[in-house]
Amino acid sequence: MLAAVTSRLRGPGRAGGRPPALIWGLALLVGSAMLFPPGYLILRASEAGAGGVLEVALDASSLAVLGRSMLLAVLVTALSVTVAVPLAWLTTRTDLPGRKAWTVLAALPLVIPSYVGAFVLVSVLGPRGILQDFLAPLGVERLPSIYGLPGTVLVLVLFTYPYVFLTVRSALGGIDPSLEEAARGLGSSRLSAFFRVTLLQLRPAIAAGALLVALYTLSDFGVVSLLQYDSFTREIYLQYRSAFDRTPAAVLALMLVALVCVVLFLESLTRGRAAYHAGSSGARPHQPVVLGRWKLPALAYCGSVVLLALAAPVGVLVFWLLRGLASGGSLNPVVQTAFNSLQVSAMAAGIAVLAALPVAVLAARYRSRSASLLEGLTYTGFALPGVVLALALVFFGANVFPVLYQTLPLLLFAYVVHFMPQAVGAIRSSLLQARPTIEEAARGLGRSTVGVLATVTVPLAQRGILAGAALVFLTTMKELPATLLLGPTGFNTLATQIWNATSEAFFARAAAPALVLISISALPMYLLVIRERTK
Amino acid sequence: MRSVRPLVFVAFVFVFLLTLGVACGQEATQEEEDGTTEETEETAAGGVASEETDQEEAAASSDDEVLVVYSGRNAELVGPIIDEFIEQSEMDVQVRYGDTAELAATILEEGENSPADIFFAQDAGALGAVAQEGLFQPLPEEILDRVEDRFKSPEGEWVGLSGRARVVAYNTEALSEEELPDSILDYTDPEWEGRIGWPPTNGSFQAFVTALRITEGEDVAREWLEGIQANDPMEYPDNTSTLEAVASGEVDVGFVNHYYLFRSLDEQGEGFGARNQYPEGGDTGAMINVAGAGILETASNPGAAEDFVDYMLSEEAQEYFAEETFEYPMVEGVEVDEDLPPLSEIETPDIDLSNLEDLDGTLQLMRETGVL
Repeated sequence: MLAAVTSRLRGPGRAGGRPPALIWGLALLVGSAMLFPPGYLILRASEAGAGGVLEVALDASSLAVLGRSMLLAVLVTALSVTVAVPLAWLTTRTDLPGRKAWTVLAALPLVIPSYVGAFVLVSVLGPRGILQDFLAPLGVERLPSIYGLPGTVLVLVLFTYPYVFLTVRSALGGIDPSLEEAARGLGSSRLSAFFRVTLLQLRPAIAAGALLVALYTLSDFGVVSLLQYDSFTREIYLQYRSAFDRTPAAVLALMLVALVCVVLFLESLTRGRAAYHAGSSGARPHQPVVLGRWKLPALAYCGSVVLLALAAPVGVLVFWLLRGLASGGSLNPVVQTAFNSLQVSAMAAGIAVLAALPVAVLAARYRSRSASLLEGLTYTGFALPGVVLALALVFFGANVFPVLYQTLPLLLFAYVVHFMPQAVGAIRSSLLQARPTIEEAARGLGRSTVGVLATVTVPLAQRGILAGAALVFLTTMKELPATLLLGPTGFNTLATQIWNATSEAFFARAAAPALVLISISALPMYLLVIRERTK
Repeated sequence: MRSVRPLVFVAFVFVFLLTLGVACGQEATQEEEDGTTEETEETAAGGVASEETDQEEAAASSDDEVLVVYSGRNAELVGPIIDEFIEQSEMDVQVRYGDTAELAATILEEGENSPADIFFAQDAGALGAVAQEGLFQPLPEEILDRVEDRFKSPEGEWVGLSGRARVVAYNTEALSEEELPDSILDYTDPEWEGRIGWPPTNGSFQAFVTALRITEGEDVAREWLEGIQANDPMEYPDNTSTLEAVASGEVDVGFVNHYYLFRSLDEQGEGFGARNQYPEGGDTGAMINVAGAGILETASNPGAAEDFVDYMLSEEAQEYFAEETFEYPMVEGVEVDEDLPPLSEIETPDIDLSNLEDLDGTLQLMRETGVL
C-alpha cells in the first residue's frame, strides 16, 4: 500500500508537450545573455593557442587544485544539507518555540559577505582568538588550528547552508500533508514516513539548494584565501593578482566551467525522472509535530548554529564598532550607500525573477534536452568567481557597448547574470510541487500563454518567486568585484564601503556598514516569514 | 486572490525603485552633460557633507575637465587628499576604487576605450603591467625630476607617490626587539619553526622576493624560500591578516609592510600586541616599494591628469602621506612621521621596481619551492 502512495509521487515527468513559442523565445533570450562570460573566456584562452591551453590545463598542480576544489565542494554540500534539513523541518513542522524568529535568524548568515565572515570567524576561533581568550583561565594556551580543509569546510558550511534551508523550507510548506498522513495511517513510523515520503518530495528542493551551495563553494575566494585552502578560485585570483596574466586565468576559469557542467550533470541525476506534484487539496496546513522532551535539544541545535554563523560575526562587528568609538574614531556615513545597496539589490532581484521565470517554467513543465541545456547555461554565471565575470563584462562593455559601460543598467545586467540561477532553482522547485493540471485547465478554457503565466503559474510558484527574489537580493547586497569594476564611477554600496575599510584594517569603520547591511537584508527574510502566517 | 498580496507588494516596491533608478540615471546623465556628477562627493568614502559645494564648484568647470582616476589605493587612505585636490583645482574628479591588480586587469581589458585618465596603484608591479602593454604616456620631466630614480619607471611612464618599507612585525609578549635577527635571511634557522607568518600571494611580498633574487642571487633566494618553508610558516592572504595574527600571538613574527601597524595602534590602542622591526645593514628585508601613478595613453584630459600627479607630489600631499597614512614621502624636504626611521637610514637594495620579467621568475621560483 505504501508503494502505491510513493508511486503516485513518481508521476509522468512530461506535462504539456511542446512549450509555447513565447516561453521558448524568452528563455532563449535569457540564455544568450549568459553566453558573455564563457565567450570571453574562450576568447582569452585562445590567445594561448592549443598548446598553451593544454600546458596550463594538464599541469600537475592545476589538476591537484581541481581535485581539492572538488573535495571541498562535496564536503561543504553534504554538510550543508545535513545542517539545513533538520533546521528547516524544525522551523516549519514542529511546535518549536519562536519558529518565526529562528527562521529569520537561520537564514541570515547568507547575508554576511564571506570576506567579512571568514575574517571574523578566524578572529573568534583562531588558535589565539577570542574563544581562546575566554578559555585561557582554564589553562587553554592555544586552540587547534582551524586553517586548511576542516576550517574552510566549517566556515563555508556556516555561510552557505541557508541556501538549502530556504529552498527546503519553502518546499516543506508546499507538501500536501495527506501523503504523510496516508503513510502514517498505513503503519509507517514518523521517521520512516519522513524518509520515505517527505524526503522524497523534498528531493528537488534539496538538490536545488545543494547545487547553489556547491557552485558558491567553487566560486568563493574570501574564505579559501583566509583559511589557507588552495582551491581553484585562489589559483585564478593568483594569476590576476600577481602575474597580471589573463590567459592562464581564463584557461583555469574554463576548467571551472567544465567542472560546473559535471556538477550540473550529477544534480540532474539526483532529480531522476520523477516529477513531484502536490495533491488537489493544495496548501492545507500541517498539524505541527509536538516536540515534547526533544524541545530542549532542538533549541540547543538551532541555537548553536545561529550562534556560530550569525551571533559570533555580529558580536565581533559590534565589538569593533564600540572599540572604534571608544578610541574616538569616526563612523562611516551609511545613509547614501545603504540606499544605493537597497536600490540595486531590489532591482536586481526583480529583474532576475522576471528572467528566471521562463527558464524555470521550461525546466519544470516542458522538460527536454535543450531545456536542460538552457537551464544549465544559466548556472555558469553563478559558479564563476566574481572577478572573472566582472572582467568579461568589462571587456564587452568597454569594447562593444561603450554607451552602457559603467552605467547602472550594465551593473544590473552583471548582477542578474551572476545571481539569477538562485531564482531559477527556487522557482523551478516550487513549480514542480504544483500540479500542472490547473495550468492545463486554464489553457483548455482558452487563456493565452501570457494569461496562464500571469494568472495561474505565477501565483502557483509564488513561494519560489519570493524565495528566489530574496536570494538574489541578499547576494547582490554583498557583491563586490562587479560593483567595483562595473558600477558607475564613484558608485558606493555598503559592500564596497566594508571592503574599503577591512582591506586596510580599519575595522571600526567597517563595522557600521556591515551591521546596516545585515539589518537591511533581514527585511526580505522577515517578509518571507510573515507570508507564512497568511497561509 | 488574497494569497497574492505579498507578490503584489514586492512588485510594487520593485517598480518604485526602478522608476527611481531611471530618474536618478537621467539626472546623472544631465549632470554629466553639465560637467558634473554626484559621484564626486562619494570619493571620500561617502562624505555626504561636501556634496553641495562640490557640485556647485564642479558645475562651473567645462566638460573636458572631468578627470577619471582608477584608484587601487583605498578610499579610506587617499579619499581625503583627493578631496583636497578637488577643492583646490575646482576640477571634477571621478574616482573608481578597486583592488590594484583587478583595476590593472580592467585597464588591459578596456584597451583603447578606457575611460580612465589616471591609474593610481598600490604597487609598482601593477603599474609595470600597464606600462608593458604601452598604455601609459610619458610623464613630463618637471614631475619626474622630483623623485629619486629608484622610485620611478626608467622610461618615465609612472612615478612613485609614496613609499612603504618591508618590516618584520613581532609579537611583543613573545619577543623583544633585541632578540630579533638583523637580517631576514636568518629566519631560516630551525629556532623559528612554527613561529613565522607571511602573505606569499601578496604583491609587496612578491616584490620583496624579487629584490632578494636580484641582490643576493637566485640561489640565496631559493634557499631562503625553502628554509622558511621548512620552518612551517603560517600563510595569510594579506598584510592585514598577517599582522593581526602576530598581534594575537598566533605567530611570533610576520613579514609585512610597515604602515599597517600604525593604523592598528590608532584603532586598538597601545596595547596592540605587535611592533615593527627594520632589518638592518642594507638588508633586503627592509626594501622600499612604492604606491604610484601613471597617465594613460588614451587620457582625454592629459593636462588635468598632470595637475593631479603634480599635486600628489606637492608638499601638502606628501605631508599627508607622511602623517596620515604613515608612508614615506617621495619628495625631499618633507619629514617622515616621528615614529618612523627616516628613509635615508634604511639602506634599500637597488632594484628596478618595474621589471616584470623578474616577477614572472619570482612566481616561478615560489611555485618550484612549494611556497605558492
